[in-house]
Amino acid sequence: MEALQKKARALLEAGTVKVVIGYTAGTDVERARAFFARNAEQTQQLIFDARCCQNLATYLMKPEVKALGKAALVCVPGALRTLMQYAVENQLADETVLALAVTDAGEVVELPKFAAVEEYLAKMPRGLTPEQQQELDRIDKLPLEERWAFWAAELARCVKCYACRAACPLCYCSRCITDVNQPQWVPVASDPLGNLEWNVVRAMHLAGRCVDCGSCADACPEGIRIDLLNHVLAREASAHFGAEPGYSTRKDYALSAYKPDDKEEFIR
Amino acid sequence: MGEQRILQKASLGELFAKLIAGGQRILAPVKSDDRVEFAAVKTPDQIAGDYIQTTTSAKTAVFPRYETMLRFRLKGKDVDVDELTPEAKPTVLFGVHPCDAASFATLKAVFTWDSADAYVEPKLEKTTIIGLSCTKGDAYCFCTSVGGGPGDTRGSDILLTPIDATKYLAEILTDKGRAIVAAAPQLFTPANGEAKEPVLAKIAPRFAADKLAQKLSALFGKTDVWLNQSLRCIGCGACAYACPTCTCFDIQDERQRYGGVRMRCWDACGFGMFTLHASGHNPRAKQSERWRQRIMHKFSYQPERLKVLGCVGCGRCSRACPTDMNLGEHMQSLAETTV
Repeated sequence: MEALQKKARALLEAGTVKVVIGYTAGTDVERARAFFARNAEQTQQLIFDARCCQNLATYLMKPEVKALGKAALVCVPGALRTLMQYAVENQLADETVLALAVTDAGEVVELPKFAAVEEYLAKMPRGLTPEQQQELDRIDKLPLEERWAFWAAELARCVKCYACRAACPLCYCSRCITDVNQPQWVPVASDPLGNLEWNVVRAMHLAGRCVDCGSCADACPEGIRIDLLNHVLAREASAHFGAEPGYSTRKDYALSAYKPDDKEEFIR
Repeated sequence: MGEQRILQKASLGELFAKLIAGGQRILAPVKSDDRVEFAAVKTPDQIAGDYIQTTTSAKTAVFPRYETMLRFRLKGKDVDVDELTPEAKPTVLFGVHPCDAASFATLKAVFTWDSADAYVEPKLEKTTIIGLSCTKGDAYCFCTSVGGGPGDTRGSDILLTPIDATKYLAEILTDKGRAIVAAAPQLFTPANGEAKEPVLAKIAPRFAADKLAQKLSALFGKTDVWLNQSLRCIGCGACAYACPTCTCFDIQDERQRYGGVRMRCWDACGFGMFTLHASGHNPRAKQSERWRQRIMHKFSYQPERLKVLGCVGCGRCSRACPTDMNLGEHMQSLAETTV
C-alpha cells in the first residue's frame, strides 16, 4: 500500500500522469471503491488489498475520466487483460495509459507499454478459478430441463438495471443494441423473454472478447451469475477458434477475424 | 403515536390465518439464498429473521417492474385494442421497515398528483402496511437525516416494535390498521405504557434534509461538485431500481407482426437514453448531470412541488451500487459544501 501511494505521488508530482485511478476504502470493511487521485495529497487515500476487485479499466472509456488527462491505472489481472483487448479492438493507443500492477509482495510494477503488459500476463496463471470451474461443471451436468429451470430462476431476478453492462469494460458501445429502438431488437421489459434475450445477447456479444474479469457478476445487485454464461461462450470460442482474449494484442479475435481454415461444422 | 396494544409473537400465525381467511394476500420478507425479498406467505415461520433490508423495496407491491397496459391487434385498416386493468388484490404488507413505509407517501404523491394513476392508485388503496421498527441498522442507513427514524410511524397502518423476545408493541395508526385489529381483536391486548425506544436501532443523523433542500438550488451550478461525486458512477440503474421512491417509467410497445402489447417498464435517470431527444440532443449528456438530477429531484424538486421528500434513507441504492456510491455520505458532503 505504501509503495503504491509513493509511486502514485511520484507520478503525479513529475507530471507523468494527471490522474491515478485506483482504490480507496469503501462504506464498510468489506468494500473498496474506485478513487481518482489527482494530486499528491490524495494519494494518501489509495489502498490495495483483497477488497480491490472492480475492473477499473472500464473507466478509461468514460468521457469524464478521459477528460482528466493521462491516467495511471491500478490494475488487477482482469484489468490488465482488458488493456490487451482494448488494444486488439483499437480502443486504446499504446502508451496512453500507464498500467500499475501490484505484486503479491506489495511491489508496484510499472507497465507503460502493451508489450510490457503482455509479458507480465504471460507469467500469470490462466483459466477459470476452481470455484468457477466447479459451478460450470455442476450446471453442465444438469439434465436439460433442470438447466433451463436454473437459468429461468436466475434470470427471473434480473431487473434490467444494466449494471452488468455498465461494469463491463468491453461493453463500451456508445449505443448498445438494447438501446436501439427503431426497431426495438431486445424487449425492454424485464419479463422472462426480455430478460432471456438481454442476457443471452450480452453474452453472445462478448464471445471471444470477454477477458473474464468477473465485474458483471460482482456488479449485479440481484446476485445473478451472469459470468457463467460468458465462461461457456469463452470455452466455445476457444474450442472452435482458438480464442484466448486478454493475453495478446494480435488483432485476430474471433468475432472480427476471417480465417480460411475456420471450421464450419456449425453451418448446417 | 396511535393507540397502543400488545401483540404476542406467538399469535401472529392466528392473525395471518384470519387475514387470509378474510381475503387478504400477505407479502412479507422471505429469505432465499443470501437475499431477502418480499414474497407471499401463509404462515409467520416463512418470514426472514435476521436482515437489515430486502434487496428490492416494498414498492414492487404497487409498482411492479413491468406491467401490461393493453393488447392490440391489427385488423385490416383497424386496430383492436383491449385495455387491461390490473387486478388490485387486497394486500397486507407485513414487516415493512419504517423507511419503506414512509416511501408510500412519496409513491402516493407522485401517482395521484394530477389524476389517480389507473395502475398504482387502486393497489395503494387496497394495501395495508404493518410496519416493523428497526432494531439494527448499518453504514448505509440514514433515515434520521430525512425526517424518519427506526421507530417512525409514518406510512404504517400498524407499527410493530419487538419490545422483547415474545411480544410486539403494536401502534394502531389508521382506519386500515383498526380494520386489521377488528379481524382478530382478542389478539391485541391492552398495553401498559411499554416504551419502544430502548430496542430501536441508533442511527446518527448525517445531515438535515429540510435545510439542504433550500441550499441545493445554489449548488446546482457547481459543476465540479457533481463531477467529483459522480466520477466513479458507471451509469447503471441499480440505484433507481432498488429505490423505494423512484417512480420513473417508460411506455413501450412490444410488437409482433399483427399486434402486440403496450407495457410500462421501470426506467432510470442514470441511463444516457433517459433524456435523449429524437433530434439526438441530450439535455443531460454527462453522467455528472444525471447524478445531479437524481439528487435534485429527490431532495429539491419533489419537496418543492409535491411537499414530500423523494428519499427515505433506506440505503438500498448504496448497497446495490456496484461502485459504492453512498448516498448518505454524498448528501452529508453536499450539506458541508460552502455555496
